Amino acid sequence: MLEFQNVSYVTADGKEILRDVSVRIADRFVAVTGPNGSGKSTMAKLIAGIYRPTSGRILLDGEDITQLSITERANRGVSFAFQQPVRFKGITVKDLISLASGKKISVAEACVYLSEVGLCAKNYINREVDDSLSGGELKRIEIAMINARGTKLSVFDEPEAGIDLWSFGNLIDVFRGMYERTKGTIIIISHQERILDIADKVLVISGGTVSAYGSKEEILPGLLSVQSACRAIKGASV
Amino acid sequence: MMDSIQKTLLEQVADLHEVPQGAYSIRVNGSLAGKNDSENISIVQKTDKPGIDIYVKPGTKKESLHIPVLLSQSGLKEVVYNDFHIGEDCDVTIVAGCGIHNSGSAESEHSGIHAFYLAARAKVRYVEKHYGQGEGTGKNVMNPTTIVDMAEDSYLEMETAQIKGVDSTVRSTTARLASGATLVVREKIMTHGTQFAETEFTVDLNGEGCGAHVVSRSVAKDQSRQSFRSMVRGNSACTGHTECDAIIMDDAQVAAIPQIEANHTEASLIHEAAIGKIAGEQLIKLMTLGLSEKEAEEEIINGFLK
Repeated sequence: MLEFQNVSYVTADGKEILRDVSVRIADRFVAVTGPNGSGKSTMAKLIAGIYRPTSGRILLDGEDITQLSITERANRGVSFAFQQPVRFKGITVKDLISLASGKKISVAEACVYLSEVGLCAKNYINREVDDSLSGGELKRIEIAMINARGTKLSVFDEPEAGIDLWSFGNLIDVFRGMYERTKGTIIIISHQERILDIADKVLVISGGTVSAYGSKEEILPGLLSVQSACRAIKGASV
Repeated sequence: MMDSIQKTLLEQVADLHEVPQGAYSIRVNGSLAGKNDSENISIVQKTDKPGIDIYVKPGTKKESLHIPVLLSQSGLKEVVYNDFHIGEDCDVTIVAGCGIHNSGSAESEHSGIHAFYLAARAKVRYVEKHYGQGEGTGKNVMNPTTIVDMAEDSYLEMETAQIKGVDSTVRSTTARLASGATLVVREKIMTHGTQFAETEFTVDLNGEGCGAHVVSRSVAKDQSRQSFRSMVRGNSACTGHTECDAIIMDDAQVAAIPQIEANHTEASLIHEAAIGKIAGEQLIKLMTLGLSEKEAEEEIINGFLK
């Protein structure tokens, strides 16, 4: 279970991104949505330890992880898929998947993870994760890494961005498979209705605060009309 | 017989545990410690100066030649001349390398002057590793000079690596290419402490349809200094590419001057150079996989120099 207790985040130049956010995420599959610039990515980075809250606490299964480093959180079972994956000269796809899984893995094992994200493994396994890969390919590899880690909490920052619609169905299957296998919690930041649709709960962030947290049946109808949604969501339980 | 220090050096520079199969020449502490000819490769010791002449018969395929040099006696300085005469239509691999173990206070130095003469259509893969170790205060110095003369449609791939323990190096490579010849150079360097490494390439693309890729990747740590200079001259309808990519850390200094010069309207030449520290987001990504910052840094450097 992940809990934000009165978390605020203000940038070095004084811009307030999140304001007094308190939310308990006890469900296993939560989609986080909201307008651009509302603070969703910041929330994900606060979970991974890339940012530290200006005030407030973050708890993972009851343990206060607010002051833990990125590495310490990773080793406690937090995984984070970047919205814009990083490129590395000389490091291959297989190297990254091995690092993610925490052990030397066989080509066959790496292939399983790559096939799941719709990449033909033999074409990718020895490729360098550099400029020769497209943005969509990188996103898939990023998701494969999280899958290989198989930790108790996986956070994805807009995993669908840059992935073509043809294979979007596969992506949904990947999350479903991960949901079954890891028995952990999956948090996905997304604007895609199809992702919101498979989530247990939907968390709406707006203007740096939680504006709604509830089942998709409660939240989704309201999201269709932004103006009315904002009023409706504010009335919903948080 | 080699002692354990020499065996370690041999392993580092040539990935060998014992004397290799096929043709080889092993030079230990300034003299020839052993050599073996094969049916197609003959090694002849020079009589006028230190070094060897290597003759590879035309048409020799899938053979390898090992020529490691080991220095374990502190203070030894030597200049060695090795000439490689590669016959037409050959396809061979040459593994060279120099390992210095300096346990004393005197400077040890090995300067290898290698000349490659590739006949028409000859194909050579040349792998060279430089490595230094030793608990002494004496410096390990290596100054290799390579001269390459490539005939029509020949192909030379040079992979050079200097990763550890060499205090000072000045590497100079010059190449001349005839029509249809291809030269590929991949250099990898890592310097640390107060080491200094300078590399200089001069490539003349003389023949029609010839091409060269001269690529250097390096990591400079601590207070070390590096300088990369290359000059690729297009004197005909040819293609040339030179690139230097460096990671700079701590208080190191790196200079990169990849120069191109076209003396023909059909010459197509490209140069690139990039120097920068390890990107913060690369470190963060690997840390989110559970690596410490130091482990992440090592992983990035190892990949970069792979």
